[in-house]
Amino acid sequence: MRTKSFKSGTWIARAMGALGLAATVSAGAFTAVQAQDRTSVRIGYAVSATGPNAGGANMTVTPNYELWVNEVNAKGGLALPDGSRLPIEVTAYDDRSSAEEVVRAVERLATQDKVDLILPPWGTGFNLAVAPLMARHGYPHLAGAAVTDKAPDFVKRWDTSFWFMGGGHDYATALASVLQSAKADGKINNKIAMISVADGFGIDLVKAARPSFEEAGFEIEYDKSFPPGTSDFSTILSEAKASGADTFVAFSYPPHTFALTKQAQVASYNPSVFYLGVGAGFPVYKNISGGQMEGVMSLGGIDPNNAANAEYRQRHEEVLGRAPDYWGSVLIYASLQMLEEAIARVGLDRAAIAKELSTGTFDTVLGETKLEDNQLRNIWWAGQWQDGEFVALSPEDRAGAGTVQLPKPAWQ
Amino acid sequence: MKPFLFGLLVIGLLAWAPLVLNDYGTGLLLGLTGYATLATAWAMFSGPTRYVSLATVAFFGIGAYTVAVLSETLPYPLVLVVAALIGLSVSLVVGLATLRLAGVYFVIFSFGLAELVRQTVTWYEVNVTGTLGRYIFLPLEARHIYWQLLALLVLTLLIGIYMRKSRIWLALVAVGDDEVAARHAGVDVTRTKLALFALSATIITLVGAIQAPRWTYVEPTIVFNPTISFLTLVMALLGGAGKLWGPIVGAIPLFLLFEWLSANFPNHYSIILGGIFILIVFAVPNGILARLETLGQRRKGEAQ
Repeated sequence: MRTKSFKSGTWIARAMGALGLAATVSAGAFTAVQAQDRTSVRIGYAVSATGPNAGGANMTVTPNYELWVNEVNAKGGLALPDGSRLPIEVTAYDDRSSAEEVVRAVERLATQDKVDLILPPWGTGFNLAVAPLMARHGYPHLAGAAVTDKAPDFVKRWDTSFWFMGGGHDYATALASVLQSAKADGKINNKIAMISVADGFGIDLVKAARPSFEEAGFEIEYDKSFPPGTSDFSTILSEAKASGADTFVAFSYPPHTFALTKQAQVASYNPSVFYLGVGAGFPVYKNISGGQMEGVMSLGGIDPNNAANAEYRQRHEEVLGRAPDYWGSVLIYASLQMLEEAIARVGLDRAAIAKELSTGTFDTVLGETKLEDNQLRNIWWAGQWQDGEFVALSPEDRAGAGTVQLPKPAWQ
Repeated sequence: MKPFLFGLLVIGLLAWAPLVLNDYGTGLLLGLTGYATLATAWAMFSGPTRYVSLATVAFFGIGAYTVAVLSETLPYPLVLVVAALIGLSVSLVVGLATLRLAGVYFVIFSFGLAELVRQTVTWYEVNVTGTLGRYIFLPLEARHIYWQLLALLVLTLLIGIYMRKSRIWLALVAVGDDEVAARHAGVDVTRTKLALFALSATIITLVGAIQAPRWTYVEPTIVFNPTISFLTLVMALLGGAGKLWGPIVGAIPLFLLFEWLSANFPNHYSIILGGIFILIVFAVPNGILARLETLGQRRKGEAQ
């Protein structure tokens, strides 16, 4: 019948039919796979293993995914509500630090590999790039390594998204409050020298820091942004020194954090408060600073008396051969524990998992954990190296918070 | 008339494809069409004139950034028009200043241009607006983006076909063969080059503008990723930058290869890729199409 009406175009119809058939067959093949008895839970992720994002991803995200999968499988797999366990099978891709690539890799995971769950990529931009896809395909999105002030808006937009790292505003106001008490105690003067990297992170933080510092009664004597490629900070440091500020704040990335430390040592620049950005909480910072990390401040921190966290750090080192960082790592790991617990309660139905994550209370390395409006707020915002540990200082009223030790000892 | 009908049929099939494909298939077609358009637009200028440009990502990024800045204040079609106009004006200014450079100087300059634009955008965002990341919340799904790219690719090819029948093509080929000789033969070398450079850059800007909504979040390091320039160039060279269909012939296998490699060899991707590049340069220096032609001619010769 169709061939009659399409006389001149029979082969078009045939080609279209063939294509349609192919589509149907492949769709059929997938349903067949799904209908089989389940022998594993398939979890996929695309994280930068190469390119500019690889350093951060390989510090904070990938090791925790590996650790968690390793531990779960050692226990016999993910527990399900009926008490049975299913091992995790991982499908991992490298997004090569490209936004287009991460989007396509997640599309591939969702519609081609049809994995049961997808773990998020590293970085604010990449988490946002995949957020609409994750929401459309109904995957709970545990955005771990993403610092954003807009999380409340994103939760409204994608109600199966969860945000675990807070926003620049949180970190800046926490620092301002620590500094304000130090000033009230007469430990530091009211001047601040502040520098920031001209990149997403630095700009977000410096923008939040300016009003917070002023509100806390500080005068920002020196305020400079530097390009991400900067490696020589000697001019900046001598200008900061000349500003007469007791407080030096740098919203920097790891390369700058390391360079600033070394160059401040060379220049014998000894402000009472020496606050650096990402990297100061990396275990390698002990070596970078030549063992002189005492008193250096940064984002994050841990409660050294928290047994669960100490145990987590030990396992991380045993299984992966290196220590986790003192900021994001534990948050990512906690998000995975929440996922594990949610599955044990409600099974593998993704909508049910998302609902449980949003409303349930969980027992993680952070202690009792409950999300507020799909966001983790139980975060240590600022910390300081004290006796070889990066101790959390803020929120000051939270149990386990240390007290800031000022002035920072002079470089030797 | 026959090739025309055939063309219509292929376009029709391609346009219909996302209705039956799943998201991944559509995403694949989208990426493929994006690179096919980039490579074709790149070859439009660089093919005949033999000016190797690494500025692709500069214009691509300008397009993407324009959408990021304007997507909430202007209706979407208007945003595309503005993006095209910005791409056009930047390319005219840049072209006037630099197309007198020859050979390797132009390559270096074009690479620097991408960096210059990225740094300028960063500087502006840091010091003037105080935000670096921008959000694009447009209700466009993968297939909508794909259809736009497909339309742009068709348009680019039509321009290519039309150009090959016009006098400007002869002028361009003359410039590519010997610029001095072309000038003496009465070709307005600078104006010809400038026109083509601007046209090619405008199309590239539009590709960036159309693709941007796919990422939701845009910052300079994401949209000014130099890999885009290199991939475009390699694709065009593989197929043959001098031929109308060359860039597409190069883009399809390379894009699918990249995809296959990153799905199956995520850890060895870069090594294998490097090997393939070397192989291309040694085995098909003039592109697949030219290689096929010489093979065909040789066979003809043997038959005689």
